[in-house]
Order: sequence, then C-alpha cells, then structure tokens
Amino acid sequence: MRAQPEQQAPPVQRLRIRYAKRGRLRFTSHRDFSRAFERAIFRARLPMAYSSGFNPHPRISYAGASPTGAASEAEYVEIGLAEVVDPAVIHAQLDEALPDGLDVLAVVESPGGSLADLLEGSHWLVDVAADPEASASAVATFLATEAVLVERMTKKGLREFDCRAAVVSLSSAEHADGARLDLVLRHAVPAVRPDDVLAGLASVAGLEPGGAPLLTRLAQGPLDAETGEIGDPLSGRR
Amino acid sequence: MSAPASAPESVFARLEPRLPSVSKPIQYVGGELNSTVKDWDCAPDGGHTVRWALMYPDAYEVGLPNQGVQILYEVLNERDWIVAERTYAVWPDMEQVMRTGDEQGPIPQFTVDAHRPVRAFDVFGLSFSTELGYTNMLNALDLAGIPLHSADRTDADPIVLAGGHAAFNPEPIADFLDAAVLGDGEEVVLAISEVIRDWKSEGEPGGRDEVLRRLAVSGNIYVPRFYDVAYAADGTIEAVVPNRPGIPFRVRKHTLMDLDAWPYPAKPLVPLAETVHERFSVEIFRGCTRGCRFCQAGMITRPVRERSIETIGDMVENGIRKSGFEEVGLLSLSSADHTEIGDVAKGLADRYEGTNVSLSLPSTRVDAFNISLANEFSRNGRRSGLTFAPEGGSERMRKVINKMVTEEDLIQTVAAAYSHGWRQVKLYFMVGLPTETDEDVLQVADLARKVIAKGREVSGRNDIRCTVSIGGFVPKPHTPFQWAAQLDHETTDERLKKLRDTVRDDKKYGRAIGFRYHDGKPGIIEGLLSRGDRRVGAVIEQVWRDGGRFDGWSEHFSYDRWAESAESALAGSGLDLAWFTTRERDYDEVLPWDHLDSGLDKDWLWADWEDALAVADGSSDVEVEDCRWTPCYDCGVCPEMNTEIQIGPTGRQLLPLSVV
Repeated sequence: MRAQPEQQAPPVQRLRIRYAKRGRLRFTSHRDFSRAFERAIFRARLPMAYSSGFNPHPRISYAGASPTGAASEAEYVEIGLAEVVDPAVIHAQLDEALPDGLDVLAVVESPGGSLADLLEGSHWLVDVAADPEASASAVATFLATEAVLVERMTKKGLREFDCRAAVVSLSSAEHADGARLDLVLRHAVPAVRPDDVLAGLASVAGLEPGGAPLLTRLAQGPLDAETGEIGDPLSGRR
Repeated sequence: MSAPASAPESVFARLEPRLPSVSKPIQYVGGELNSTVKDWDCAPDGGHTVRWALMYPDAYEVGLPNQGVQILYEVLNERDWIVAERTYAVWPDMEQVMRTGDEQGPIPQFTVDAHRPVRAFDVFGLSFSTELGYTNMLNALDLAGIPLHSADRTDADPIVLAGGHAAFNPEPIADFLDAAVLGDGEEVVLAISEVIRDWKSEGEPGGRDEVLRRLAVSGNIYVPRFYDVAYAADGTIEAVVPNRPGIPFRVRKHTLMDLDAWPYPAKPLVPLAETVHERFSVEIFRGCTRGCRFCQAGMITRPVRERSIETIGDMVENGIRKSGFEEVGLLSLSSADHTEIGDVAKGLADRYEGTNVSLSLPSTRVDAFNISLANEFSRNGRRSGLTFAPEGGSERMRKVINKMVTEEDLIQTVAAAYSHGWRQVKLYFMVGLPTETDEDVLQVADLARKVIAKGREVSGRNDIRCTVSIGGFVPKPHTPFQWAAQLDHETTDERLKKLRDTVRDDKKYGRAIGFRYHDGKPGIIEGLLSRGDRRVGAVIEQVWRDGGRFDGWSEHFSYDRWAESAESALAGSGLDLAWFTTRERDYDEVLPWDHLDSGLDKDWLWADWEDALAVADGSSDVEVEDCRWTPCYDCGVCPEMNTEIQIGPTGRQLLPLSVV
C-alpha cells in the first residue's frame, strides 16, 4: 500500500474578499479567474491552508461568479489561511499580485457560515443600444406580465423557464446612445441572468438590444424583502 | 514599413462588442501578467523605433506557452528603441467576425498586447516549431492585409520573417517569406533590428529591396528572393544560386553561446486563459549530441550548451515567484543528460521541500538513474507519469536509428520504476523507420508484454499498466535520414493494425497494455512540407484557399484536401505527393536546403546514413557515441560554426534559499 498523505490542519482564519472584474478582463471566464487567483495567491505568498489528499489544493470557495463578458464591481471569494493575518495586508498583497482589471475591493474576516448563502440577489446595470422610449415601454409591458417564458441553452440542453418572477425591480433610463436598464434580480433556481431578462423584453415587447449589451454587476448580497435592496454581504449583519 | 505619422489605432474598440459572440474571448484581449505595452514611438531622443509583431502560428492556447516567442518578446522589449507585441492564429469563429468586420471594413489581424494591426509593424516574425502552421501563416497574412507573396509587397508592408526548427528548410514557404533565420534567435533579432534602425535613420534608402539586401549580405539571414532555383528535367534541383552580387552562396545558422548570460524568460507570461502547458519551464541546456538519426532537433541545435546549476536554480526561483506557477519543467532535448542533473534535482527538491512546488522532466532516457531522479521529483507526494522512449521496437531498429537501448536496459529500468511504487509507465515508439519490417513493429508487443510481466513480478500486483504510444516517422532535413523514403500511409496503417491486433489478442497481458497511435496520413503531409522545395508553396496556397487552417489539429486537418490540392497545384510538373515523400534520394541529388548551413557536414550525414543501412542488414555494427564523453566524430558543426561544447560539471551545489 502506498503511504497515505498527511492530514492538513483546518484553516485558522477565513477571509472574505470582494473584487471587481473591469475593462477587458471582463472576458475572463470563471475558470480563467480561478486560475489567475490561485497563481496570485502563490505569488503573494499568502499562508494558505490546504486541503488534504494526494493533490492538496488551497482552500478557496468561489461564490456567485458573473457570466463571461459581464463586468462586475461585486464578486466574492472566501479563502482559508493557515496563519492569522491582518486582512489589510492580504488586501494589499493580493491586489498587487492580480492583473490590472481584477481588482481587490475589500477583505474582511469571515464571521462563519456560508458566504454563498448570503448572496441572495444582484443589482445590475445593462446598457443597450435601443431607443430609450421603446426600452421604457418594453420594461412597463414586462413588469405588467405575470410570467415571461424564455429559452436558454444550458449544459442539459435547451431549457425553457420563467424570467419574470426573479425580477425584483427593473427600470429604464436614457443613457449615452441608447438606454440603461437598472435591474435587481433574485438568485433563484434555475438562475435567471440579465441576458435572460433581455430575452424576455424581446419576447414580450419586441425590444431589440442591438449589438452587444454591456452588463455590469454593481452589488451582490442579501436581498431586503421589503425594500428590494441589495445589502453588503461583508457587513456581518443580515 | 515606413513609419506612419502617428501610432496606428487600436482595433480593440471594434473588437470588444463582438467578443461576447466568440468562444473563449479572453484569448484575444491580452493583458497577461508580465506582458508589455510600449509607446509606438518609444525610442529615446527622437530616434527610430523598430517594431516587431511576433506570431506563433497556432491557437493562443498552444502559442502562448511557447518559450521561443516568450524569450524573443522579452529580449526585444528590453531595448528602449524596440516594440515587440504578440499575435496568434484566430479560431474560425473569430476569423468570421474579423472578415465580416464593421462599417470601417474588415478587422485586421491584430496583436494581443496593444491590439495594433500587424501590417503596421516593421517585422512580422513567425516561429515555426512545426510545418503544420504554414496555412495559419497564410491566413494571418491575408487577415492582416499583407500580400501573400513576397513579390507583391510594398514599402507599406512589414518584412515577413520565419524562424524556428521548420525554418531550416523554409523553401516550401519561400514565396511567402521575405526572410528566414536559422538557429538561436536571441542575438539575431537584435542584429536585424539594428540593420532596420540604421536603414530607417538614413531615410530608408532603396526601400524594401535595400533593407533585405543589407540583411542578406550579413550571411546570417536568408532572403529567398535573392536566390534562383533551377530544376533538371527529372524534376530534381539543378542548382540554387544567388542572383545578385554580394549575396552569400550559403546562409549560416546562429548559435548562442554562454546560455548563463541569457537567463530568459525572466518575466514569464502568465495567461488568464487555459493553455496547453500550465507550468514554468527552464531550458537547462540546448542541443544534443546523442546522434539519434531521426532527430532533427538533435542535429540542428548542436553543440550542447548547458546552463549551470546556479543559473538553473536562480531561474526556477525567479520564474515561479514572477509567474505563480507551482509546476516547474526542466526542459531540454534529453534533460537527464545534464552533467549535474542529480545535484540539480536534489538541490531543487531540498529547496522546495514541504511546499506545493513540483518539478518534472519532460523526457526521460531509459536507464535506472532516471528512477532516482524521478524519486527526488516526487518527494512531495506528487507523481507524474514516467515516459521512456526506446523509439524502435526491435534491437535491430534501435541500432539503425542509433538509439542504443537494449531490451535488458528497458526491463531493468521499468523494474526499478515499478518497484519504487510507480504503477504506470508510458513507452514511446516510432513506426515507418528506414528498413523497418512488420516483424520489427510487432516486437513492440513483445516488449510491452515483458514490461508488464516484470512489473507484476517486482511489485507483486496485478494492477500495473503500460501505455504504448506510437508516432509515424517523418524524414527531416539536416539529418542522416534526409535521403530516406518515407513509409506510405497505407503500410503505416497496416503495421499499426497488426500491432494493435497482436496486443489485443493477448489474453494474459493485453488488458494491461494501452495503445495510442494516429493514422499515417498527417505524417505524409508533414513529410511533404518538411522536405519540399519552392514548388510546394503552390500546394500550401491551394489548401489555404480551399479553407485549410490549423493543420496540427486532427479535427481541422483534411488529408483529402491536401491530396487534391497537391494534385491540382503540381499538375503538369511531373511531380506528386509521392515524389516528395516516399521517394528515396541519392547522394548526388541537390536537396532543397543544401544552401542553408546547419554546420553539419553533408558527407558526414551521408556516411552516417550508409552506416545506418549497413547496421540494418547486419554488415556492420558501428555505433555513434556522444561527443560529450567520447572523442569528436567530425559531424562538422563546431569547426564550421566556430562553436564548442559548453558543459559542466561546475562542482557547485544549490544553497538553501534564505527565507524572506
């Protein structure tokens, strides 16, 4: 029998990190990001805790990653460390080690529990090259509709689902050469993404988004059932 | 080529809205860690900037990790008067997007660093590790808006320059190239840059023709247009001669000496996208003199030049810190041959003990010493596979190719591996070697059976495995086999089938033996491109016009397209695919690359070829030893190129790293 690898000690500190995906690095996929992040951790020489086994991996939990091509100011990841370190130091070291465009915004100690469970909803801006009036009227039609079925190709094939119920709020305003949608989405199963809502706007009101809409996630976190606002998942409060 | 009044505009703004529609868009955006973007006019004091677009003519995921391009990119960008950017072959979905374009027209081939159009650069340099990138070059030229044929280019086009191993016979792409360089690139790219800078600062006298002439007269840069090729009635080459005064009859390869003085890559590129090699590699030496007759790399990169143990240690530490890669490859043509490999392995394993840094050797020679090396490398518990390359299935074949591995060596080596806990070894062989018969190939099955039997015996387990991997032999220029007939693909496939059936039918061992091979057709096309002459250019162009791209990828490669294009492009010439591939050449034939000097003495190559044939029929038992440890056997390289073997041992050790 081959010797079993030694058990690794559990992390002594867990840190939650908020980061942004900006500019051309919005084209990183989730897998691209995780590779870049793991290399940055090694370059920054963070005292990571590792998983046990023949192929120990650094303790990293990803949560709620945005789709490839979407910019984001609110992505989250949690890491487990083998030593207690000042989060401000980790913030500086990680930001230095990550490429420009993947920018660390905040690092706080985890109070425990699941980070992913705190990410109940997202606040998006969606810039479309559409006539602002057509956009506003499409939004009104959409909101007045009880259920809007859209189709999307998933790993399991073409799926049809409702994209209306997950929309907490949606409005449209004039922006640059087109319109900007302000959208709050509840994270649900199956996940409804901003482009599903665009597909919904096209199906109920024939809104053509024109070209490639630019998606930007502004916030991600606990969803206040009464105000419909997204809270800060790193605040430690619910 | 004349410097535009201002920097060309980035095409990124035109690309960006289209990126969400293509697969893996990250490969087109650049911004990799350690990448460089410089001002278009970066030369200080109003001097002339020389600008290079470097291309590895394959997909980003294959091209980015390429050491050659990374090294040249860094060496060039270190100069404050040179801009170097990178470009790769775009996938068909992106090609479609670029050709469709926008209101400004098609989007041209661009660099990933600053998204500048390739046509705006002074030099478009391509590195060919394999001939199967030729159609990708044509596609990139066309997307860039650069005329395909050198003869049609103007002063507004870059100098299209090829390097890499395939450039030791650039004749099949001669019509598409302005220049080619043979050998190590580090110094020659700087020399070329200086010629261009001087010519620009003089006001570009004589235009494109003059700058090419200046490059050609150096004797180190091949400019195909300055050579005329005459053909005899039987289709062979009569002569290749310079067509104007001052152009040398032969062009010499470059050899970089003292590799310790060139510790590149020092700023390894770290891609965001997934690539084929997710590791940091250090080239621990360049060149190989083992004398395997099929091996072009071993012939054209002579002599052996080692990096010292200390430089290797420094490069590993610097590379992993700057990149964040935790896997390190110690790269060379035969890494276990480094004079201090034992100390290097132990020193690195000591330094990184208790970390997740893992070390690997890409290729392993068949001897038990490698098992102790492999043990050092797997100290942290990670075990990569063990691969051995006997290359020839029978003892006779191994003598013909001068790969002196006995069956006993192999069995002992694998016994050591299995008894040290490895459960799987991989064996690499070639099919189609000169004088080979079915019997030689079927002996691969015998070897594999013996390997498994030995493994079961020494490990006392039944779950051990052996994977047999087989590649087709392609005769290459500047090797003793450059005269050999390539085996036709039908016979290749038949032999492979017989071997596969033999392995499968074995009740006792068959299930423990894995079998991997490719069919013989791509090898024939590689053979055409390897030993072809200028007339093959028409075939390549025809294939590209017919949609041929990414010929190194089995899902894109089409043998039928190549065969049909060869038939139509060579029609009326009396030549065909077989003439270039399965035809044996004789001593008197002028080979298309005879005017390109790799340093190897043609008579020595011929004598070595005759030795191979004599060994094959048993009339001789001659063996070429390695000149690192035995006297010089007069291959010709050192005196011809004025170089020498540079090896250790230095007797020094790696010291522990001080903790920061």
